[in-house]
Amino acid sequence: MSHGIPICLGYLSVSFGFGILAVKAGLSVFQAALISATNLTSAGQKAGLDVIAAGGTIIEMVLLQLTINIRYSLMALSLSQKLDKSFTTPHRFLASYGITDEIFAVCSAQKEALTPAYMYGMIFISAVGWVTGTALGAAAGELLPAAVSTAMEIVLYGMFIAIVIPPAKKQHGVLFAAVIAAALSVIFRFAVPALSEGFAMIISAVASALLAALIFPVKEEEEAAA
Amino acid sequence: MSIAIYIAVMAGVTYLIRMLPFAFFRRKIKSQFFRSFLYYIPYAVLSAMTIPAIFYTTHNIWTAVAGTAIALVLAFLEMPLIVVALAASAAAFIVGLFM
Repeated sequence: MSHGIPICLGYLSVSFGFGILAVKAGLSVFQAALISATNLTSAGQKAGLDVIAAGGTIIEMVLLQLTINIRYSLMALSLSQKLDKSFTTPHRFLASYGITDEIFAVCSAQKEALTPAYMYGMIFISAVGWVTGTALGAAAGELLPAAVSTAMEIVLYGMFIAIVIPPAKKQHGVLFAAVIAAALSVIFRFAVPALSEGFAMIISAVASALLAALIFPVKEEEEAAA
Repeated sequence: MSIAIYIAVMAGVTYLIRMLPFAFFRRKIKSQFFRSFLYYIPYAVLSAMTIPAIFYTTHNIWTAVAGTAIALVLAFLEMPLIVVALAASAAAFIVGLFM
């Protein structure tokens, strides 16, 4: 569980920003916390919030969550290779709930095989931080001075930048994918305003990742190093 | 549309994405192209989601620009995620005081 404490603290503050955004999008504190408790992911929740706020379609929601969260499938695949024998299928059903970027990173760095108890401890404390932060942000968003709560709206995006930039410095493919995705996203926003934000994001991301995969195929060592 | 339905769909899709490969898949994906695509997709998603949306946060282009600039610089210096995220917010707040 101790390995989860830094994750918990990080989640507390980032999810605070999500809580503020959720209330601004018209959700209640309970609904905001429920999203965090059932999804446990930043990017997917933020995108889902955009769809809810815009009154988007269910198919848009499904495709968007698939696109944004498909990376978890790869992480789940990778982790499934290093599970302890005690990790029976029911444990896998439960623990898969908690595969996030940060938990994946910490679990991947473990030398020993992963036990259910190890993963449950880390997932539990992380999820507590995530849900508590969301509820606090959603509840306090109204109470905080406007200057503070508007400034907190940028927190999630700040974290996204912090995830993208370091690998983009080292790998041309990541830089390429990120720049093309941003460019397409801007083009859609201004040139095709009729296209919903969700679909614009899906098309931008899939097109740029496909192009990057064509031009900069990833070698296995690079994948492991990242 | 009821918010409960949206939340159920989000949660269901997100859980299945994690659970199916974790519980059932035991082989390795061979296609280098597909592996590369999966490798790049999170960065592409985050980038498309951040730009241009980040400039519409904080309701003021200059506070948003300040937050973005600080986030870019600190991320380039490879500071921890939480430091970058909170510093972006602090920068937006401080610039906001002068607006």
